Amino acid sequence: MKLLDSRYGGLLLLAAGLLLLPWLAGNAYLLDVANRIAINAIIAVGLNLLIGYAGQISLGHAGFLGLGAYASAILCGSYDWPAWLALLSAAAGVALLAFLVARPILRLKGHYLAMATLGLGMIVSLVLSNESALTGGPDGMAVPGLVLFGWEPQGERAWYWIFATLLLLAIWLAQNLIDSPLGRALRAVHGSEVAARVAGVDTTACKVQVFVISAVFAAIAGSLSAHYTGFVTPGQASFLHSVELVTMVVIGGMASTYGAVLGAALMTLLPQLLSGLEDYEMLVFGLILMVSMIVLPQGLLPGLRGWLQTRRAA
Amino acid sequence: MSAEMQFLVSGLTIGAIYALAALGFTLIYNASGVINFAQGEFIMIGGMLTAVLSGLGLPLWLALVLAVAGAALVGMLLQRLALDRARGAPVVSLVIITIGASIFLRGLAQLLWGKQFRPLPAFSGEQPLHLLGATLVPQTLWVMGVSALLMLALGLFFSRTLSGKAVLATAINAAAARLSGIDTRSVLLACFALSAALGAIGGALIAPITAASYEMGLMLGIKGFVAAVLGGLGVSAGAVAGGLLLGVAETLAAGYLSSAYKDAVAFALIFVVLFFLPNGLFGQRASERV
Repeated sequence: MKLLDSRYGGLLLLAAGLLLLPWLAGNAYLLDVANRIAINAIIAVGLNLLIGYAGQISLGHAGFLGLGAYASAILCGSYDWPAWLALLSAAAGVALLAFLVARPILRLKGHYLAMATLGLGMIVSLVLSNESALTGGPDGMAVPGLVLFGWEPQGERAWYWIFATLLLLAIWLAQNLIDSPLGRALRAVHGSEVAARVAGVDTTACKVQVFVISAVFAAIAGSLSAHYTGFVTPGQASFLHSVELVTMVVIGGMASTYGAVLGAALMTLLPQLLSGLEDYEMLVFGLILMVSMIVLPQGLLPGLRGWLQTRRAA
Repeated sequence: MSAEMQFLVSGLTIGAIYALAALGFTLIYNASGVINFAQGEFIMIGGMLTAVLSGLGLPLWLALVLAVAGAALVGMLLQRLALDRARGAPVVSLVIITIGASIFLRGLAQLLWGKQFRPLPAFSGEQPLHLLGATLVPQTLWVMGVSALLMLALGLFFSRTLSGKAVLATAINAAAARLSGIDTRSVLLACFALSAALGAIGGALIAPITAASYEMGLMLGIKGFVAAVLGGLGVSAGAVAGGLLLGVAETLAAGYLSSAYKDAVAFALIFVVLFFLPNGLFGQRASERV
């Protein structure tokens, strides 16, 4: 626990685990699952900055992910842009969009904010499924493989190293941000926005910054996952996917970066494990979601930590 | 004239359903501070159960009563078995519980009744009526009439009965309500039952027009949430106004602009309204306690 609390201890531990994983679970299927977990974990770590630390909800983050994915798909597939340029343009475009909408949106509070972000995500997803000429409509479109300066990652293993590296980078960035003056300001905003403003924190600027950062995390993860799976569909930008992303953050434990990673892992693994149940899949998934939030309302990681501490104290 | 009239009538019809869903959101939000994302599933249960039961040969009125009672029971179970047990949890966690419940209920409906659409015959025939240049199926009159009656009854319930005032008191200040002898836990339970019943009636009313399916609650639920926020979260009159406004705006957009972007109108509208009025059309500006 002490190791997890220190700034780099957890990161080292995770890095070691990620290094060992391909040897423990070497087959293509398991590596593919690991890759999907890493993609979701990158998004969840970014979203956790917004939800867990700044205390602002977003029900539209799948929209940013979808924009990233489709930008890469369209720019590389239809216009033959190099992958790195498409990825950076997607990230920059999403950052700009997030910045422009953040000011009016983040003035709103609580459920009004949830509504506005939900609306934003919905509009993105509707545009993606209706502009068939550009996006292939509801059927989605194929995405060419990732070629980075002549190198093309082949197979799950090569991609695994890319995603594992990016996940570590995302966590490192998030943790540095949390320990920075911005991170402290965000926690003050979470505690009480008025009090933070009185203490001289430019609360709007803080919220806008973290909103943009979390949107860019989602866009980059979206771009790469589009190249990885070779296909994009409007479903990736849907409301249900946004809800899934929020669930990852909340179920893992808000305001805990590793909680977000844990939540992403669970929410990715669960459908895989339940897929054998066929007709019962949705039923059981919903039930697990409810029961885990009833039993551990603070999320899994803080819940487990609290449980361990009370056991040690006893 | 006739085209506008036609859009207005169909807009008010779907708007009435949104308004019922929005009232459901408002009731539960006022009583517990939670946005109940399972609200759409109450609509689905109402529509599906009525369609399935009347398909089994039950008379329509009996199927309707049973469906509404069934939805109310599900609402109460959701409150007692799930949300009540997580009392004191952060609001986001409670919202995730309602999302889990909505996935669970959708999964249950799919398991019990399959993925196909279930038709429900119109309450009083299909013979179209002509009114002020608009052609309408009789079911639209049912939708608007029953919704209007329900809203009136709800208004009277809140203003004229002791139980209604107990609900209002709990919404304004739960601790003070408890001190004056109101059993707030029962009030909460009643709000869930009432809100589920409202949604279920909406579902049964709209099912003859759209047909019922296990997925029908998803979009209707989200639109109900949009309507509730549009009118100002927590204000009943606002919920009704928001629902009707949304319905009309959507049909007008589908008619004059593009039917593909019909759903986008709701979200564009909410953006514009929240930009100028951060608390919705009729919401009060709340002061924050530091």
